[in-house]
Amino acid sequence: MKFNFSGKLVSAAACLCIALSAPALSLAQDTIRFGVAGAHSGDLASYGLPSVNAAKLVIDKVNANGGINGKMVELLVEDDVCKPEVATNTATKLVSDKVDVVLGHICSGATIAAMPIYKDAGVLVMSPSATSDELTYSGNYPNFFRTIAPNAAQSPAMVDFAIDKLGLTKLAIIHDKGDYGKPLAEGAKAYVEKTGKGEVVLFEGITPGAMDYGAIVNKIKQSGANVVIFGGYHPEASKIVTLMKKKRFDIKFVSDDGVKDDTFIKVAGEAAEGVYAAGPQDNSQNAMAIAAKEEHKKVFGADAGAFFEGAYAAAVAMLNAIEKAGSTDLAALTAVLQSEKVATPVGEINFDEKGDAIGVGFSMYVVENGQYVVVQ
Amino acid sequence: MDYFIELLFSGLTRGSIYALIALGYTMVYGIIGLINFAHGEIYMIGAFTAFIVATVLSIYGFPLLAIVIIAGLAAVVWSSSYGYTIEKVAYKPLRHAPRLSPLISAIGMSIFLQNYVLLAQTSDFLPFPALIPDFAFMEPVAHIVGSTDVAILVTTFVVMIILTVIIKFSKIGKAMRATSQDRTMATLVGINVNQVISATFIVGSSLAAIGGLLIASHIGQINFYIGFLAGIKAFTAAVLGGIGSIPGAVLGSLILGLTESFATGYVTSDYEDVFAFTLLVLILIFKPSGLLGKAANQKV
Repeated sequence: MKFNFSGKLVSAAACLCIALSAPALSLAQDTIRFGVAGAHSGDLASYGLPSVNAAKLVIDKVNANGGINGKMVELLVEDDVCKPEVATNTATKLVSDKVDVVLGHICSGATIAAMPIYKDAGVLVMSPSATSDELTYSGNYPNFFRTIAPNAAQSPAMVDFAIDKLGLTKLAIIHDKGDYGKPLAEGAKAYVEKTGKGEVVLFEGITPGAMDYGAIVNKIKQSGANVVIFGGYHPEASKIVTLMKKKRFDIKFVSDDGVKDDTFIKVAGEAAEGVYAAGPQDNSQNAMAIAAKEEHKKVFGADAGAFFEGAYAAAVAMLNAIEKAGSTDLAALTAVLQSEKVATPVGEINFDEKGDAIGVGFSMYVVENGQYVVVQ
Repeated sequence: MDYFIELLFSGLTRGSIYALIALGYTMVYGIIGLINFAHGEIYMIGAFTAFIVATVLSIYGFPLLAIVIIAGLAAVVWSSSYGYTIEKVAYKPLRHAPRLSPLISAIGMSIFLQNYVLLAQTSDFLPFPALIPDFAFMEPVAHIVGSTDVAILVTTFVVMIILTVIIKFSKIGKAMRATSQDRTMATLVGINVNQVISATFIVGSSLAAIGGLLIASHIGQINFYIGFLAGIKAFTAAVLGGIGSIPGAVLGSLILGLTESFATGYVTSDYEDVFAFTLLVLILIFKPSGLLGKAANQKV
């Protein structure tokens, strides 16, 4: 009896909630509805909240100047906690609120889960952080754009750096057999073979967490390679570079953004010096990025967090597209995004037919005196 | 030829560490017939103790040799006390229970210790200080054989000799051998079996702690999870050599280490583990009790 009662109470409360939230949806489209979706709570909130702040800054500025084509921009914020199963609800909520464009989502998995809903509704989506290749390369999501480089761009970046910049053409490509490292390494190998500008002298997977990598270091040495390309995370990378140093085996080590982490430098210590790693593009010289960050500090009283520049860029690019297209129709927006260059904190960008921003890529960093610095 | 020697030493280094851990498995199994799955964690705790002590001592500016000795002793004492306590807490109350119960208890202990270190320390990788320096006299051959490789091999060799002397000639060694042959009979001739079992755990844990210190200063990093894979590999080595047999554990470990090293060097490291475990399967097919294991004549 007691349980029945509480069951009724719950359903009554649920009804009340629905009833209360319903009037909030005014259906008159006299504003441009700008959705922001992503991880705004939970342990990955630090990745998602900067994009909310970025959207606020951009929208406040636009509204202060009289809006776009006479319409004010309205901000709708929805949390997906970085979980695919929540992201579908988030997307449904935004679509039923008649959102025009969405900034987000943050995590690749959540974005992939939410995309079909936006696609059916014909809503433009632009993410500052979802790097999964599937989002743009599969061709499944013509309404998806992003202001960060995809995973697939990282392998060519590492190879180009080793061959063109360092002038080292004999590559030993090593990976950790994982979901992240192996595709990167395979991409690098395929890229070297396609361009024909270098030679892969060794391609091997190592067991993550193995006791030591003495044998594989010997093998790299025996292969005659003059540079190691490593796809994987920093624990394995630090073991390899430590043993290379112990073996007096001094060749360049080029790796990915799984290694561009301060823990790597802390653990590998001296052996980390001179290690190259790819990482998100460095925008510290971009005037717009500097201005946006200062503005953030002034308005919110704190430093801007991860993906802030990309989110700011996405907000600027989408609102610019709405203004130029004169509507929020997906086809019109897509045409503008692809053809018109727009100045953003991540540079002057437009988008290719897949949805990736042209001109946004990876920067190479090198460890110098215990710090990652950008290679010029 | 250089390449062969390099691979040989990589294999021997790895094999030596496996041997230091595998001895703990095989001695405990020989005496109470239990596979002590928490043994890998003892190795990890040894490495952590050495890390903490060495870091503190280096802040106070102790000379390297003093740091090595004090950190080594601390690791040995600390790990032994863990081994001793684990036996008292998790295995002794189950000594007359069905064989499966202490096994489950051991797995539980392993998970507990891992998470304990995770919470008490950190989940991050930590930089382990280079306790074994680069010897000047090794410099001409440093590109082939490192100082740490040699230090590991020499230390392991010395430890093995000490262990052999203890087992062969000391009173507690004799008691251990007697207990492993027949526990009831050993009690009847006046051996304190509980003491012998405790001693076995202490010796096994000390060896694992030394292994932990050596490998951590070789690769320069530790975290709470290193004991798991090392423990599984060392257990494999103990089975390969014949679990319960001390020379078997050493032989099995060296064979496993060398197989992994040569498989990586001459075939591919993608299948390093495949080669190691294929070898195990083959040996167990033809010699089910392992290389030096005694054929088990079940007492009915």
